[in-house]
Amino acid sequence: MNAAAPQLDLDAVFRESNIGEVLDGLERELIGLEPVKRRIREIAALLLVDKLRGSVGLSAEAPSLHMSFTGNPGTGKTTVARRMAEILHRLGYVRKGHLVAVTRDDLVGQYIGHTAPKTREVLKRAMGGVLFIDEAYYLYRPENERDYGQEAIEILLQVMENQREDLVVIFAGYKDRMDTFFRSNPGMSSRVAHHIDFPDYTPGELHAIAELMLQNMHYRLDEQADAALVEYIERRITQPHFANARSVRNALDRARLRQASRLFERRGGTLSKEDLLTIEAADIRASRVFAQ
Amino acid sequence: MRLTQGAFSFLPDLTDAQIRSQIEYCLNNGWAVSVEYTDDPHPRNPYWEMFGNPMFDIRDAAGVMTELQSCRKTFPEHYIKVNAFDSAHGRESLRLSFIVSRPTNEPGFMLERREGPGRHVQYTTRAYATDKPEGARY
Repeated sequence: MNAAAPQLDLDAVFRESNIGEVLDGLERELIGLEPVKRRIREIAALLLVDKLRGSVGLSAEAPSLHMSFTGNPGTGKTTVARRMAEILHRLGYVRKGHLVAVTRDDLVGQYIGHTAPKTREVLKRAMGGVLFIDEAYYLYRPENERDYGQEAIEILLQVMENQREDLVVIFAGYKDRMDTFFRSNPGMSSRVAHHIDFPDYTPGELHAIAELMLQNMHYRLDEQADAALVEYIERRITQPHFANARSVRNALDRARLRQASRLFERRGGTLSKEDLLTIEAADIRASRVFAQ
Repeated sequence: MRLTQGAFSFLPDLTDAQIRSQIEYCLNNGWAVSVEYTDDPHPRNPYWEMFGNPMFDIRDAAGVMTELQSCRKTFPEHYIKVNAFDSAHGRESLRLSFIVSRPTNEPGFMLERREGPGRHVQYTTRAYATDKPEGARY
């Protein structure tokens, strides 16, 4: 290498952005989701290298970072979107790093001429941050040709294209329906650069998630309860309306409820901190999942 | 005659980048920014029309700039100003207001004298533009 050429320090840029901290947090607090994490690291690397290239005058157009998150319910799409806003903010891609989460109702109006101002309002609020459109496929209703959703899509497209540096749009929804959505809106599909698929969690991952949740809620499982939880997860997965991490959280919430009423029935005696902390096997085994 | 109302009006017109950083300053102070327009430039006319809704939960100046651009597109030959409203208790009033867009030709004001009883003279100003009806003035 030419001695006069400036030495570029990618590591310094990396440290300066504090992005390592966020990525580590992602690794620690998000269990499983390997393909998602890999893609986030790739995006982070791209933005860092872009930053470095910019510092030596090798400018390239800002990369398009609109994304689509597809996956079954409870696979962490919203959680990751929130992290994504933070990551993009640290990398200087979005200026404020807030997340505006909306659904069809927030974008589409009820009568003619109502949709455009409503959509623009949301877009304005999201500028400088990330717009997260949950269940985005509801925007497009092919069965009703007078549906106002199409109008919202057109405005979205226009802003996604022209004000790329002002906001990042993330579409989220179930895989098959999102695929149909993108197929019927080719303009949309080509403007969304990153399609990230969220895989279902394995029972082991769900168990780890439950442990993390309990830790954050300041509860503890005793040994039998832990075994019961493992069994619960295995049974719950096979049942209908299984929503991955959300089902686990609901199960834990119900276990807390049962623990509370168990403690309440014992009133009169004294309770130790240990009692308040511990969820017993009975609290979990009382679930209707075990009834079948 | 150049209209001088609000902040910065004796300075050369602000560029978009300058307007943006003023708005950014307002938002950082937690003020609600709104865009208003009029074609009646009389200094005692406080009733400018608001363009769209007041923007309460905007986080970044880009949102206001979008609104401003669309106002300019709709009213290219009007006066447009940006207001920043402070809702803090005890304040509850505008903190900053400045003109961001003006018609290409500003005819100015006429000084009118009205003679009263006993050779008493009353003075008042009238904008030349308001000779024409609203909407046809610039």
